[in-house]
Amino acid sequence: MHDRPEAATPAAGRQPAPAEILATVAAGGVIGACARYGATLLWPTAAGTFPWTTFWINVTGSSAMGLLMVLVTERATVHPLVRPFLGTGVLGGYTTFSTYAVDARDLFDGHRAGTALLYLTTTLAAALSALWATSALTRLLVRPRPRPDGSTAA
Amino acid sequence: MNWLMVIAGALVGAPLRYLTDRAVQARHDSALPWGTFTVNLAACAGLGLLTGAATAATVPSALHHFVGPGLCATLSTYSTFSYETVRLAGTGARFHAAVNAVAGVVAGLAAAFLGGELAGALFR
Repeated sequence: MHDRPEAATPAAGRQPAPAEILATVAAGGVIGACARYGATLLWPTAAGTFPWTTFWINVTGSSAMGLLMVLVTERATVHPLVRPFLGTGVLGGYTTFSTYAVDARDLFDGHRAGTALLYLTTTLAAALSALWATSALTRLLVRPRPRPDGSTAA
Repeated sequence: MNWLMVIAGALVGAPLRYLTDRAVQARHDSALPWGTFTVNLAACAGLGLLTGAATAATVPSALHHFVGPGLCATLSTYSTFSYETVRLAGTGARFHAAVNAVAGVVAGLAAAFLGGELAGALFR
């Protein structure tokens, strides 16, 4: 899909070079990582308790991904670096699977298996629900862009 | 200093996730998103190793921030994991969606435990 030149519209411009994509992903990743690290400094969670900060990071990041992906794949023609920057970079770097898994492991190790299982399942359920709901809401609120021939892009 | 190390780790982690995902996805035609599975598994093992080492030995703060909130946390992703799971369910592949979600969580947790065990064996 991405490497079909004929699919590129004039608004999307030329395809970016691999080095441009990598630099864009890295820049977005730094922004996302700083937002995540800053949040953990602002709202630290004590050992042995439900890791609320990482919970909300992963839920809000998944929700934002739902918004972004509907907009860039179904509703608008954007610059080809927007998705690598915001999706792979910022949101990919902001959310974290490793902290989620290691925090759950630490809860198990601290004999808080109930909290660990609750954390594992509620994060999964909340992140998936948030992404699904945000996608549905975006489809509802943002109209498909009409094509020149009058039909809709969706 | 801690912020700089987080930034340095993220500068490596995010492009590494992108490159690994591309490389893994190019090597199979399975419906499951193995690229994200791979980076999450590697990051869980890496962070498990780091935190395990930190309980058994003294890990310098700079190294801890580079590898932990910098490299491993940025290498892994929850938003793409969620997106790919919901997309599988949305295209009718509900079984694949469930497998992706459960396998991702179970394998990530197992990798976190294994990383910790490895650290315990290495740094006792």
